[in-house]
Amino acid sequence: MSGYNFAYLDEDTKRMIRRAILKGLAVPGYQVPFASREMPMPYGWGTGGVQVSAAVLVPEDVMKVIDQGADDTTNAVSIRAFFQKTAQVAVTEATGEATLIQTRHRIPERPLTEDQILVYQVPIPEPLRFLEPRETETRKMHALAEYGLMHVKLYEDIARHGEIATSYAYPVKVADRYVMDPSPIPKFDNPKLESAAIQLFGAGREQRIYALPPWTPAVSLDFEDHPFEARKAPGCCGICGAEDSYLDEVILDDAGGRMFVCSDTDYCRSRVAAAEDAA
Amino acid sequence: MNPILSVRNLEKRYGARIGCTGVSFDLYPGEVMGIVGESGSGKTTLLNCMAGGLVPDSGEVVFDMREGGPRDVLKLSEPRRRMLARTDWAFVHQNPRDGLRMGVSAGGNVGERLMSVGARNYGAIRAEAQDWLGRVEIADDRIDDRPRDFSGGMQQRLQIARNLVTGPRLAFMDEPTGGLDVSVQARLLDLIRGLVHDMGLSAIVVTHDLAVVRLLADRLMVMRQGRVVEQGLTDQVLDDPQDAYTQLLVSSVLQV
Amino acid sequence: MYVAVKGGERAINNAHAWLAEERRGDTGIAELSIEQIREQLALAVNRVMAEGSLYDPDLAALAIKQSRGDLIEAIFLIRAYRTTLPRFGASEPLDTGAMDCDRRISATFKDAPGGQILGPTFDYTHRLLDFKLAAEGGAPEAVSEPADPMDIPHIASFLGAEGLLQEEAKSDATPRDLTREPLSFPADRAVRLQALTRGDEGFLLGLGYSTQRGYARNHAFVGELRIGKVPVEMEIPELGFAIEIGEIDVTECETVNQFKGSKVEPPQFTRGYGLVFGQTERKAISMALVDRALRWEELGEENAGAAAQNVEFVLSHSDNIQATGFVEHIKLPHYVDFQAELELVRRLRREAEAAQQAAAPDATQPMVEEPAE
Repeated sequence: MSGYNFAYLDEDTKRMIRRAILKGLAVPGYQVPFASREMPMPYGWGTGGVQVSAAVLVPEDVMKVIDQGADDTTNAVSIRAFFQKTAQVAVTEATGEATLIQTRHRIPERPLTEDQILVYQVPIPEPLRFLEPRETETRKMHALAEYGLMHVKLYEDIARHGEIATSYAYPVKVADRYVMDPSPIPKFDNPKLESAAIQLFGAGREQRIYALPPWTPAVSLDFEDHPFEARKAPGCCGICGAEDSYLDEVILDDAGGRMFVCSDTDYCRSRVAAAEDAA
Repeated sequence: MNPILSVRNLEKRYGARIGCTGVSFDLYPGEVMGIVGESGSGKTTLLNCMAGGLVPDSGEVVFDMREGGPRDVLKLSEPRRRMLARTDWAFVHQNPRDGLRMGVSAGGNVGERLMSVGARNYGAIRAEAQDWLGRVEIADDRIDDRPRDFSGGMQQRLQIARNLVTGPRLAFMDEPTGGLDVSVQARLLDLIRGLVHDMGLSAIVVTHDLAVVRLLADRLMVMRQGRVVEQGLTDQVLDDPQDAYTQLLVSSVLQV
Repeated sequence: MYVAVKGGERAINNAHAWLAEERRGDTGIAELSIEQIREQLALAVNRVMAEGSLYDPDLAALAIKQSRGDLIEAIFLIRAYRTTLPRFGASEPLDTGAMDCDRRISATFKDAPGGQILGPTFDYTHRLLDFKLAAEGGAPEAVSEPADPMDIPHIASFLGAEGLLQEEAKSDATPRDLTREPLSFPADRAVRLQALTRGDEGFLLGLGYSTQRGYARNHAFVGELRIGKVPVEMEIPELGFAIEIGEIDVTECETVNQFKGSKVEPPQFTRGYGLVFGQTERKAISMALVDRALRWEELGEENAGAAAQNVEFVLSHSDNIQATGFVEHIKLPHYVDFQAELELVRRLRREAEAAQQAAAPDATQPMVEEPAE
């Protein structure tokens, strides 16, 4: 696309974002304020992730974009097209081939490697926001590591429902210091946060970037006698038969017919291909 | 014996107006001191200056810390002061809404302080909350109810339980019986007196109600226009007031 | 056998093509030109320039055309374009006292030097549909007279001279730039005014209105409302002095508000301030009301807990591009999160059901059926 810099953002802006990313990597889980730019896509649609990706992208990268685990959902298609147009990078749907993966709401099933970067789109970066709406107050709570309120919320869940009723955006404590919102991934994905890849989180509207360096401990908050459990719908994928992957429910007819399929479309496809090869 | 709290020359001004000035006293462990005066006398300003809600313009508030001995809390770092406020100190607000989380269950309200200092066993937290609800005479089956469904007296008892669960050594109370019916007041005062005695708690109670201090306080401080006009043993001050203003205050109550 | 939905890319391309067709509408009807929009929908253009934070009537008109008249969408187009523009520098502060006024009214003085100038206003039109316009607008002409060369001083300066209006502290400090730095709290007045001037007109209108109805009432009078052209000057480093680089239309509103005074300070009026690109007086007045409400702390007023007094609330929600993006994003797929919730609710219901059954055996049928696998 003529008239725009590589990956859309100008180099000054990229430098500013890279500084925020480096600071985020140096202080894992800490939300670094950054001067988020107005992007040519709406706030809440991945502007934070797009800015982070644009700042780390190099021409040699192979990029994969997923939304809800799938490469073919409309917003993923739109963001992938944006980078194809503005950076002319190679794109892929295969998790193993990608060097940079931008995601919304999922971590790929296939374990990531130390050669990969996973960029999350984050709507509300502040894990305490719904307990305390004032930014001045939540920043103080982080600074002083006052997280008692977070456990009050979990306590209330157990008192009311018999278990912790947070099923996605399940908060984690990073490197025993900051409580962090892992973005709205299902809690099934939380254990995958301790990964070989660099994980970067971008919230455009809220002007925050945070990060997890490889293998940073990210412990899901819980109680000793009500330990965290990664959960998914019971059963296996109706297409590839996987029992270990997160499942989407698909309604087949109006008579209650439904099936469960892998939310990670690349994982599902590669399992089907492997089975066909073996046969 | 060291005083648990020593206040020296505390002063707070609002522009040209005096909030409180020249306040000095010592509070000894296990002692309850009442601060009385009409509204606008500076007693609530004084309480907030000591408890950290307001920053005084000058003076010292020296607290005998569990570790480290006497320290001027005004000079403590914010994390240490906040830690103190949720461990060794208690603050009971006049309006329970200011001291409770109205959207959180009674058990969660009591458990919050425990969780904020690291308790991570749900069963143990709940058992402790249950025990404290019993001590403030709230029935077992109300543990999962929210305070907004409680009567005013119950809310106030819940606020007390929430504050005392970490075994603080010093409690600040701002008109703890204000806004309650007389019969409810009497029961609450009785409860507070029992808890203070059982826990060996030191307390500073601000009130305009002389009946409250008569029942709770060992010592009394009378304030007027931001200054302490008289202090001494409660019975002494109430039965033989020396200052003209105190005499007026006492006589007006006696007439009721 | 179920086949996963594919074809997102084709769907998007087709949607874009359809949108373009709908935008054009009936091709039997003449297409709108940018000039027509700029000249005949000037107030829409003004709003897009103000909230888009870019003074360019032609681009604003283009954005309105492209967005099919959806002004927030047009503002979005302008913002996304604006952010890519290089920065050459900053202008000198505008001197609104030197404004070439098309309109200038004061609600506080019947007359003052410079006079009351009604200007092109809807104020006293009777809101009757003019069916003649449906046929043809013609080219109406208004009476004109040569401008009085006299200066039009700010009304505030008359009150200020008497010490009746609180002086604002002068400062040469460079204000922070909201578009280059993250918003952080507490936000000073310069940052607040920046956010308000590009904030959503409807949001500010509602907030300003709420202050009049008792949610942080501050007894405002419109001291002065003026609309007109002001020169923009910029210091060029190579020259070493400021030169005029053009002129822009702005609307400025200064409210005069009640102030109680205190023992040490005699009673004085205080002010709220609104300055917006173009002829946008509804917005400028609303902005002044909200600005004044946000000043409660520095003026030693009570926090009534009103929305218009809450800096974090107002500044975090005034930007309509942020708001529309986030409100509308909930139409994006949330299959994964919803699935997680679905699974949780089903399980909790099963457990509740089991508990009920255990309490009263053979009482009821299960409330939920197991999902078919």
